[in-house]
Amino acid sequence: MTQTNEDLLDDDLIEHAPVKEELRRRLVKGPDGVEFEVEPLRDYYCEAPPTVMPAAYSKIIEGLFNWARAESLWILGFGTGCGAIEMRPLMTPRFDAYRYGIQWRPTPRQSNLFVISGYLSVKTLKRVIRSYEQMPNPKYVVGLGSCTINGGMYFDSYNTITRLDEYLPVDVYITGCMPRPEALLAGFEELKRIVRAGKGEGANQYAERFDWYKANQKRVIHDWDMPDYNW
Amino acid sequence: MLRELYEQLKGRFPLGELSEKRPDLAFITLPREQLRPVLLHLRDQEGFTHLVLLTAVDWIEDDRFQLTYLLHDRQGARDIGLRVMLSRQAVIEGAPMESIHDLWPTAATYQRELREMFGIDFPDSPGVNEDFILEGWREIPPYRRDFDTLKYSNETFAPRPGRESQDPAQHMKAQLYPDGA
Ligand code: SF4
Repeated sequence: MTQTNEDLLDDDLIEHAPVKEELRRRLVKGPDGVEFEVEPLRDYYCEAPPTVMPAAYSKIIEGLFNWARAESLWILGFGTGCGAIEMRPLMTPRFDAYRYGIQWRPTPRQSNLFVISGYLSVKTLKRVIRSYEQMPNPKYVVGLGSCTINGGMYFDSYNTITRLDEYLPVDVYITGCMPRPEALLAGFEELKRIVRAGKGEGANQYAERFDWYKANQKRVIHDWDMPDYNW
Repeated sequence: MLRELYEQLKGRFPLGELSEKRPDLAFITLPREQLRPVLLHLRDQEGFTHLVLLTAVDWIEDDRFQLTYLLHDRQGARDIGLRVMLSRQAVIEGAPMESIHDLWPTAATYQRELREMFGIDFPDSPGVNEDFILEGWREIPPYRRDFDTLKYSNETFAPRPGRESQDPAQHMKAQLYPDGA
């Protein structure tokens, strides 16, 4: 059951989205018997917008950092579309991506590479944004398959976005429907080259054009019931 | 095999026509009031204990929504589908449909989906008004055939310019036989 939020929250967080039960302000009784008020959107989330991370003070150091970053790719194990199925052979002995120094992690806070593995429904997009924002900087996004590029075979769907880079900064796209594990490996190698060259600036781009990304995200996510930046 | 069952059922309930698809799969059209008694009879007497799916078809030309209740009999390895026709106009105006979640609890999920995707209301079904797949949907239910998905997608999702669509048959022909042989 939902209800409008006017009397529950003020202003800038959300304009007209209904607020879910668990996000509403309420009284909670602690284990010590003391009652206190909780306002989840304020208390559970950080409201600070992301900031641009400056490069290291010297070019050589930054180069060293970039080399290290390129060799430290941790994928968030979050499959969004059909393409996720190709990650199974990739993370197991058949294609064994681990020998390239690429590994999967179960939580966004332990990963820095988000592989959007195919079509993205609006419902999933919301979870993707939340996960992306929780990943530590610097972070990278790889778009897998035609669906992330131009909608692929879901170009006329009522519920899947057609262009990923409207909503998140994308470093590399891998074409195919679906791309084979070899294509993914090639894509990861390409991403490494990009990062090593210091061009993996997605997180900074996101911080710089934050308002633009947020506006795009909100245009499609109609029940925006979270703060603008949640990490 | 299913024709026999149909004849038997016909003796007890007023039924519409039978449409046989395979020896082990047939569909029966029936009046809405007969749905529950027939479902109960099939479930309790004939061994159709599994509700495989509950779905709808939008026959916009005939002003109808068709509900299909597909049942499976494990022992007999056979399926039977019951079709109920609803007036499309009445559904759009909010006419309710009876819920069968008390016969199969899984039906509640299907009914929730139908409510969201076709706008067919099952007022008694638990949680039927909660968002299912769509969140914050503002248009008419998207599975209705008068909803133009391409137009909606183009207006909503910033399509990337330069996309081309090709007829697969023509495209492959041109690829494989470039000289038109
Ligand atoms: S590009 Fe193809 S394989 Fe990938 S998500 Fe889209 S339809 Fe599925």
